[in-house]
Amino acid sequence: MRKVMTGNYASAYGAKVSRAEVIAAYPITPQTSIVEKLAEFVSSGEMDAKFIPVESEHSAMAACISASIAGARTYTATSSHGLTLMHEVLIWASSARAPVVMTNVSRAMAPPWSVWVDHMDSVAQRDTGWMQFFCESNQEVLDTVVMAYKIGESRDVMLPAMIIEDAFILSHTSEPVDVPDQELVDSFLPGYDPEIKLEVGRPMGFGSLVRPDQYMEFRYKAMKAMDSAHERILSVEDEFKRAFGRSYGGLLDEYECEDADVVLVVAGSAAGTAREVVDSMRSRGIRVGLARLRAFRPFPRDEFRTLAKRVRGIAVLDRSYTYGAAGAFYTEICGSLYPLVERPTVKNYVAGLGGRDITPGILENIFKDMIDTTERGEAAEPEWVDVEGLERRWR
Amino acid sequence: MTKSYEAIPLTPISSEPSTINKTGLWRVFYPVVDLEKCKKCTLCWKFCPDATIELVDGIPVIDLEFCKGCGICANECPAKCIVMVKEGEG
Repeated sequence: MRKVMTGNYASAYGAKVSRAEVIAAYPITPQTSIVEKLAEFVSSGEMDAKFIPVESEHSAMAACISASIAGARTYTATSSHGLTLMHEVLIWASSARAPVVMTNVSRAMAPPWSVWVDHMDSVAQRDTGWMQFFCESNQEVLDTVVMAYKIGESRDVMLPAMIIEDAFILSHTSEPVDVPDQELVDSFLPGYDPEIKLEVGRPMGFGSLVRPDQYMEFRYKAMKAMDSAHERILSVEDEFKRAFGRSYGGLLDEYECEDADVVLVVAGSAAGTAREVVDSMRSRGIRVGLARLRAFRPFPRDEFRTLAKRVRGIAVLDRSYTYGAAGAFYTEICGSLYPLVERPTVKNYVAGLGGRDITPGILENIFKDMIDTTERGEAAEPEWVDVEGLERRWR
Repeated sequence: MTKSYEAIPLTPISSEPSTINKTGLWRVFYPVVDLEKCKKCTLCWKFCPDATIELVDGIPVIDLEFCKGCGICANECPAKCIVMVKEGEG
């Protein structure tokens, strides 16, 4: 059934068709309408789920973890300060191997207060052991929620997944979205059936203390699971494509990269703008491409190495920053490419913080700067794009 | 003995409840209830953070195998019938 809906409703419909059984969430701008829609689904009886209103995001995640280890499929959603308040329990979820699925509507952190998009909140949770999927469209949001359950609940993965929507650009903008038929989703995504779960009358402790002689083996196991997730993301997407006719390019979604000299790496909604810019520049004979970072965890290290062998320059746009270092996407891409004998030129562009527009003009100027930098072949320092007071103009 | 990562579960699981750990050993002070003064208000039972108090005919019976001696029951008791006594004294 095709409907016009916001990214937030796409998230809610994703949880609904996935038959999430327990939803625990706390409202925060700009995530609120996800929770409102789900509360409506549950109260009207359209969705057979337990809705737990909680007093904080920390409690929301704690409730989801508990429900998950009791064998329920769980869903929550948050944003920015809500996500960062969850930090402790995010690590608990992945270490308890609870395949919770959560939407994070990515929003800038305060101060200065902002309710608009950037990726600081999501990127700051990089090391929590969650899979992270950055989405470009509302349809991708819905579809990725469904796929995330199947990937996360796989016996060789058993890890939670974060679906990332750009604040307002996706969360509150309406697009046509196909809501897949329930029977089709049911055959694609069977009910959650973990090997071990908490049961009434059978008391067990989950995540108990271990001494230094056993701790590392548990961490190694989770690390292997995240490696397995890489393969699983690809195989589940293949299966999804066969069932629903849609796919999103795996972990690194490449557009016009085959013969490109220079490619731009972006995550999230800016990829839509970048596609237009690639088309426009190619119509003028400039061979550029787009590599959309869809999965930040697991990181598409092999995909970047393969791409790096074909292109001369990689421009990496980070919509967040790590003070005293550089954008996290940039440092991770550089780290992945370092073992290669011949490496392309890589430059970091920091743009679009706190909801500042990333316009087609800015992206074209980034491409041009990257082409110049590649031709000069010089080492390039990270560059902040479109900051008032800096000499360089990008618009 | 350290087990191979392949031989362990996804997350450490203990089949016995945490009551196998007798936390009463942590205690420095222990509560003493003056049953003559107890009004059976049940506040001590409600406030005990470790659920070590059972009510027997409305009278609190404190399980000293688990009571950590925090003193919250004594603090909350409106009849002042619970006093904390240092271990080895009284």
